Amino acid sequence: MTTTGYSTRGADPTTAPAFLAPLDERPAAVLPVVAELRAQGRARFAAVGLPTIKNEAWRYTNLRDLAKLAVTTASGDAPVDRLPTVRAEGQSGPRLVFVDGRFRADLSTTDGLPDGVLLTDLASACQNHSGLIADHLGRLASAEDRPLVALNSADLTDGVVLRVASGVSVDAPIELVFVSVGRDGATTASHPRALIMLEAGARAVLVEHHVSQGDNATLSNHVAEITVGEGATLHHCKAQRENAASFHLSHIAASVAAGGCYDNFILTIGARLSRNEVVSALNGGDARTHVSGGYMVRGNQHADISTIIDHAQPNGTSREIYKGVIDDSARAAFQGKIIVRPQAQKTDGHQLNRALLLSDSAEIDAKPELEIHADDVKCSHGCTAGELDDAALFYLRARGIDKETARGLLIGAFLSDVLDEIAEAPIREAFQGFVAGWLEEQR
Amino acid sequence: MIEIKNLHATVDGKDILKGVDLTIRPGEVHAIMGPNGAGKSTLSYVLAGREGYEVTDGSVTYYGKDLLALEPEERAAEGVFLAFQYPVEIPGVANTTFLKTAINATRKHRGEKELDAMQFLKILREKTKALGMSDDMLKRAVNVGFSGGEKKRNETLQMAILEPKFAILDETDSGLDIDALKIVAEGVNALRSPERSMLVITHYQRLLDYIVPDFVHVLAAGRIVKSGGKELALELEKNGYRDFGVDEAA
Repeated sequence: MTTTGYSTRGADPTTAPAFLAPLDERPAAVLPVVAELRAQGRARFAAVGLPTIKNEAWRYTNLRDLAKLAVTTASGDAPVDRLPTVRAEGQSGPRLVFVDGRFRADLSTTDGLPDGVLLTDLASACQNHSGLIADHLGRLASAEDRPLVALNSADLTDGVVLRVASGVSVDAPIELVFVSVGRDGATTASHPRALIMLEAGARAVLVEHHVSQGDNATLSNHVAEITVGEGATLHHCKAQRENAASFHLSHIAASVAAGGCYDNFILTIGARLSRNEVVSALNGGDARTHVSGGYMVRGNQHADISTIIDHAQPNGTSREIYKGVIDDSARAAFQGKIIVRPQAQKTDGHQLNRALLLSDSAEIDAKPELEIHADDVKCSHGCTAGELDDAALFYLRARGIDKETARGLLIGAFLSDVLDEIAEAPIREAFQGFVAGWLEEQR
Repeated sequence: MIEIKNLHATVDGKDILKGVDLTIRPGEVHAIMGPNGAGKSTLSYVLAGREGYEVTDGSVTYYGKDLLALEPEERAAEGVFLAFQYPVEIPGVANTTFLKTAINATRKHRGEKELDAMQFLKILREKTKALGMSDDMLKRAVNVGFSGGEKKRNETLQMAILEPKFAILDETDSGLDIDALKIVAEGVNALRSPERSMLVITHYQRLLDYIVPDFVHVLAAGRIVKSGGKELALELEKNGYRDFGVDEAA
């Protein structure tokens, strides 16, 4: 477990009860391990409340507006019109669907999965695979270090469990679809947990969709715990396109064993406020991780990307590239930390964040951090912020292309290479489509 | 017909053009020569509508329209084409995408039907073949990694595709060796027609051996100080711009 040592400086426990109260309606835990994690999470969150900007890790992202809300729960049985997918029309494949955080068996399917793959919801896994849950749940994400993980643990009702057995390769992408519907005139909260385990030599591709249906405000507070076994590979792509009234908070904690590879790509388009924390720990030698993404915000949106790459063993490789487009009065924050522990010699770690500011009131806060305790390493980081190239804009306009189309071409071009980081063509093309949709709305 | 009258322009508050007068009729090729800093590139940018080039006096009438009142994209759609001295590199935008967007924007403005992918490719193939351009140059991002010659060929290709009424060639010879210059000049000459006017801006006479103008003008210190036929270029080649108060050797 990567411990960052959450400081309780500036903690405001008075914000806790409003978020914990709705969880009283949850059914009792069937497993002792779940009951225990819930109790720990509840106690911790009750003690610290929501993070405040007085805490260094939250300096650039203010949850003040969230803290003012009285959250409630949604039933999760709302009808859903349309589910996003990266598959071609008419194609189906393994997919778990959650509506307002509740698992929806009626919309989910595990058809098409090879032998050796367990894909199920958390409640079912607690019933049928209690040993697995007892062994893995709560091992990677720390409620002690992170108040929102504590809040998520206090719930621990719905979620995803995926296990790919040793040597099994799942070719079709597994889709996780989270639809927020909410309730009129209220803000509803959900706290899904994902537990993902790839055993030695396994391979899988995971695609997450986060969308809203309608305009209701919702809070989704996700936690994912991901174990990538020896020589295993997980490609994990996420598209967050929730409505502009919503809060999207997410913590992903991955642990990669020797020779394993964890790839993570996050596209942030939606939400009034979003924060994506990615912690990828290379806990075995010769492991690789590749975390990247694009964020596009406008209006008064706020997007936060906070990553920690933890090189704990020798010969690890990490590559990190984020690109953001910020318009109007929107703000983005990028915090990227690379830790190289004393035994992690021959580490190769690179990080880059580039932001494109489209208006004078757009803002980016970037904080790269290298914490290196080994002497034979190659590490770099870079952050840039710039505007659209006037010369390029004029060149396009001088060829008859109107100003808005020209801007769209240049913004799309700025983001194109980061989208190329997505290895699977169908996923890349679907994500390119999401970006194109955002550019269309711009006009 | 293009009529430039008493054109004054400033850049960063500095007077660059100080009363340019020039009339170009359909089918004519005019060359503007002049020393560095005379205002040659400023004239081309003012005509194309670049921001930051402020017209303080005078007018430009383009086939009866007030050219200076139009946005750059409107000027382009009306048939004004600037071949850039330094074509801009645009990473992430494929050359084909760029060309297709440009031609369809222009067609839309003219009330013509936009081309579909097949129709566009047919036109593109024809024009690239004539210019000896490789498919690879079309797949690559606009001007990225292009040699000087490839960039100028790409400008000529855009001109061939957009079929302008008035083409301004800004220092098209800069950065070209003689072979590349010949190819580009051939491409330009192929586009000469009774309906198309050209304004060829150059520092050196060399280009005018290949693109032979009908008229030559000398631009010095923001004004046209002498006009004549193509033989004026040879005179300048021999005597330099000294007669116009400019000693470039100094």
